[in-house]
Amino acid sequence: MSIKDKAYIMGAFEHPLRDAPDTSTPQLHMECALGALADAGLSKHDVDGYFCAGDAPGFGGLSMIDYMGLKNVRHLDSTETGGSSYIVHVGHAAQAIAAGKCQVALITLAGRPRHGGNRPGARMAAGASPGLSDGPPEAGFENIYGGSTHNTYGMCAMRHMYEYGTTSEQLAWIKVAASHHAQWNEHAFLRDVVTVEDVVNSRMISDPLHLLDCCVVTDGGGALIVTSPEIARTLKRPKVKVIGAGEAPKSPLGGQDLDLTYSGAVWSGPRAFEEAGVTPADIKYASIYDSFTITVLMQIEDLGFCKKGEGGRFVSDGNLISGVGKLPFNTDGGGLCNNHPTNRGGITKVIEAVRQLRGEAHPKVQVKNCDLAIAHGTGGSLGTRHGSATVVLEREA
Amino acid sequence: MSETETQSPVMSRAIPAPAVSVETKPFWDAAAEGRFLIKRCEACGKAHWYPRTYCPFCDSGETVWEESPGEGVIYTYSVMRRAPTGPYAIGYVTLDEGPAVLTNFVGVAPDGLAIGMRVKVRFQPTEGGPPAPVFAPL
Repeated sequence: MSIKDKAYIMGAFEHPLRDAPDTSTPQLHMECALGALADAGLSKHDVDGYFCAGDAPGFGGLSMIDYMGLKNVRHLDSTETGGSSYIVHVGHAAQAIAAGKCQVALITLAGRPRHGGNRPGARMAAGASPGLSDGPPEAGFENIYGGSTHNTYGMCAMRHMYEYGTTSEQLAWIKVAASHHAQWNEHAFLRDVVTVEDVVNSRMISDPLHLLDCCVVTDGGGALIVTSPEIARTLKRPKVKVIGAGEAPKSPLGGQDLDLTYSGAVWSGPRAFEEAGVTPADIKYASIYDSFTITVLMQIEDLGFCKKGEGGRFVSDGNLISGVGKLPFNTDGGGLCNNHPTNRGGITKVIEAVRQLRGEAHPKVQVKNCDLAIAHGTGGSLGTRHGSATVVLEREA
Repeated sequence: MSETETQSPVMSRAIPAPAVSVETKPFWDAAAEGRFLIKRCEACGKAHWYPRTYCPFCDSGETVWEESPGEGVIYTYSVMRRAPTGPYAIGYVTLDEGPAVLTNFVGVAPDGLAIGMRVKVRFQPTEGGPPAPVFAPL
């Protein structure tokens, strides 16, 4: 069974806060849910499917369903693949709707890493308790080495440079493009336009990634409403149809033939494109997960927008800037400049793709005749194990 | 901080206690004796990392512990420059037996590492656990 043409994204909301000292994480989830429901023209009592990931406080989705007062949920999914979870959820919501398990799916993400919650890099930091442990099988052999997002993505960039001659200047163009878009976003965490020189001269965080190769750390969140075609027809918003979805894990798998120069997008992308019946050349706008500049470069290659190893040249000279280059990307400013709420950028990738397809992106970055877009994400670490997810979205005339 | 970094000739890093399970205890018992073990499958002949009871390639349960010289080449690395205790290097070593091993590189200056460099295992005390394998240039 295909999900093509079986579901529509009818509500999308990005929380305006980037720093939330006085708003609890459950409250942020609620505000995002209410924002997306209002956008769609629905009430919370219409929600019969709820999707969340590890940022949702409590046990799976149960605490948030209770807190938000969702009385009519008959389908629940708390799939966790880190920052790509919410792109996975769009595909899963479409599957559930296609199977008749729900008609109005709510997806929420929220958190406050600037105020104590979900700090980046904390995952691999802790030492083990005395005695025998029964945790993740890799823990004893990996978690003791000080791995963080910065240095595990740094390892990927280092190897990509070694194999393909990719340069820091080429990576910097990705941040430059994001900053050109962020200047028009009043809510963006960083709005200053930067140059290649600014990026390569910013302080080194973990070789070869500089400060400006890294995404922002922001509080906030977002939410999406995915509905059946029957519900979508009753709503007044432009219809954004889900026409393809793919997901894939990638991991060292025993350590033979380790290759950190590609991501799981080599599998999730073709699965999504095949289901949608389109090719990368047909895509007018791309939301590409941007935890770091290298994340974007690898995924652009892996999704087939250019050949493996040619990403450095592809992203250079403004090729990702809307109105300038061939592949306008992350026109909200992305995780690199706008928002990376609770260190998970998947939902904002879908939200900006929805804005573009509705024609509601900022006029300075709106792609003309934008009828076909993708949102793609990675969660976990490209340097160890991660989950990739791709959705292909189409504006219905 | 930057002056301290440039004066630091070689990198080191305090390592927390590793998690030891019933499945991996033989590795850590050998580590305490300074021996580096990997797992090899007697059915398909392939070595793997991290160690498992069942071969991740052919599913056979006929895996055996094998003592390795712990030598190989650096596949990739990254030097974390912003750590409060000074810079440290994380990376993968491709062992001569085949598998890639995530580790810290020690006994080398932050700018002294290179992909392809030959390295060898050594064991470093951890904070309350068995010693952990790290790698240094040969």
